[in-house]
Amino acid sequence: MIYAVILAGGTGARMGNMDKPKQYLLLNGKPIIIHTIEKFCVNPRFEKIIVLCPQNWMLHTQNLVNRYLSDPGQIEVIEGGNTRNDTIMNAIRHIKNTYELNDETIIVTHDSVRPFVTHRIIEENIDGAIRYGACDTVVAASDTIVESRDGVVISNIPDRMQMYQGQTPQSFKAEKLMNIFDSLLPEEKEILTDAAKIFVMKGEPVHLVKGEVFNTKITYSYDLEVAEAMIRRKDNAEHSV
Amino acid sequence: MLNTVYRLVSPKRIEASFTDITLKENNVLVRPTYLSICHADQRYYQGKREGDILRKKLPMALIHEAVGRVMYDPKGELQAGESVILIPNQPSEKDVVIAENYLESSKFRASSCDGFMQEYVKTDRSRLLRVPTDLSDEMGAFTEMVSVCTHTVMRFERFSHDRRKRIGIWGDGNLSYILSAILSELYKNCQLYVMGIHEEKLATFTFADQTFHVDHIPYDLKLDHAFECVGGSAAQSVIEQIIEHIRPEGSVALMGVSENAVPVNTRMVLEKGLHVFGSSRSGKKDFEKVIELYETYPRLKKYFLNLIGGVVNVKSIQDMSNAFEYDLNSSFGKTIMRWDV
Repeated sequence: MIYAVILAGGTGARMGNMDKPKQYLLLNGKPIIIHTIEKFCVNPRFEKIIVLCPQNWMLHTQNLVNRYLSDPGQIEVIEGGNTRNDTIMNAIRHIKNTYELNDETIIVTHDSVRPFVTHRIIEENIDGAIRYGACDTVVAASDTIVESRDGVVISNIPDRMQMYQGQTPQSFKAEKLMNIFDSLLPEEKEILTDAAKIFVMKGEPVHLVKGEVFNTKITYSYDLEVAEAMIRRKDNAEHSV
Repeated sequence: MLNTVYRLVSPKRIEASFTDITLKENNVLVRPTYLSICHADQRYYQGKREGDILRKKLPMALIHEAVGRVMYDPKGELQAGESVILIPNQPSEKDVVIAENYLESSKFRASSCDGFMQEYVKTDRSRLLRVPTDLSDEMGAFTEMVSVCTHTVMRFERFSHDRRKRIGIWGDGNLSYILSAILSELYKNCQLYVMGIHEEKLATFTFADQTFHVDHIPYDLKLDHAFECVGGSAAQSVIEQIIEHIRPEGSVALMGVSENAVPVNTRMVLEKGLHVFGSSRSGKKDFEKVIELYETYPRLKKYFLNLIGGVVNVKSIQDMSNAFEYDLNSSFGKTIMRWDV
């Protein structure tokens, strides 16, 4: 079984003086999170779409789902965790308790604030997770990446040709991800900022899926303006002359 | 839902843009899977249309020949995963006399609205046709081109007298190949002559009774009817040849597109009492006729298999450009994009 796991746990601290998390802001008149969920709704390979959000936004999220989506039964809104990985583990536990968790259970985890994800990226994530056990969506780094360990001077400039920028989805065999995560020491868990790193830390392969430059994350107010401009560039409806 | 549309913004430059799709009750969401490149697309891509036309129409997604898989049907009439042929003509009214492809109010994909180079295509359900199980996706992709020929043949049936002993077809490209093959099956007692300029291409027309280079057509060849599948700058000389070789009261089907106005020897058209008719694009019933023809005349499918020139995997905008360049360098057959963006 394949599940989409939409990560909407963030409260938008980086967005500026917003009174609600960024995933609920409107993009072309519709909440960003709905645009994102829709991309997964139209893919018949998904058994369910699990949306994880802050506890006090769950009712709001469910109302949005009921209002905008034609088949709300396909979507389950549950509570996220304190960290990204806690949120993913909540999703896996939910699958285990409600459905069945086995070696063939795949989760495609995706940021709720990346509504420009494409069909190909989603398909390649599913196929990558089935084949390799884990995969991560990336684009080749366009800027030189500079490493500094003390924040004052450069400690290293890695070869840009080997650098990629991570996007989402990140997809996994869910049971394997949970088993590895549970085996980590507390200090190992502390340094995890990314689910794919769980696999990398244990020497497990993580396949690269080619992302798209436009599969951007709407993090800052500026990103939302760019996203609006991307849609309004021609017109909102299908183009005709 | 945000949908990625790959539009030609200027010659040889394709960019991703985005539309917000809202599905209404009668719409179906289709994932294009195999797209076939037509000369009309290539003219846009190469910037060979007039500047005014390009300025008016671009940015626009190209391609009007495609098959796809149903992703989502709000009514549930079509199942997810079903293979469908996408019909590019989009009528907004019905007329008892004028066919849907000639109605001025109709939109046509990759001409008056975005074509099929999209992540998903939102379409009216009436613009879809189930792909028969024995038809490959690659062949299904260029059903539109076959439907253009069946449309012309049906018009020919309406307009022409029934003495059909000798028919001439000018042109040695894909359109002529498809049309000639259909005529050879439908009119088995008819002598079919194909005129062209490329010996290699003409050699593929094995269903024709004879092929001639346009410079060596026997002066005494007399035809009951003729089809012009050339267009472009050669249209004038081809129409002259047709008028020369056709018998009085014959019908002439014009199918080739020309950018410029073409002078026609109207004196001889009048003198011979010719019935000259134009034929362009097709409608849903023409697509249905193609499926019917494939069932009745299975040899057609074998002939058309030879038309699958190159199948190019497309995962990126660079791949799209590669497919158009490949098509440009291909002398015969259809270039198909296996669409995976």
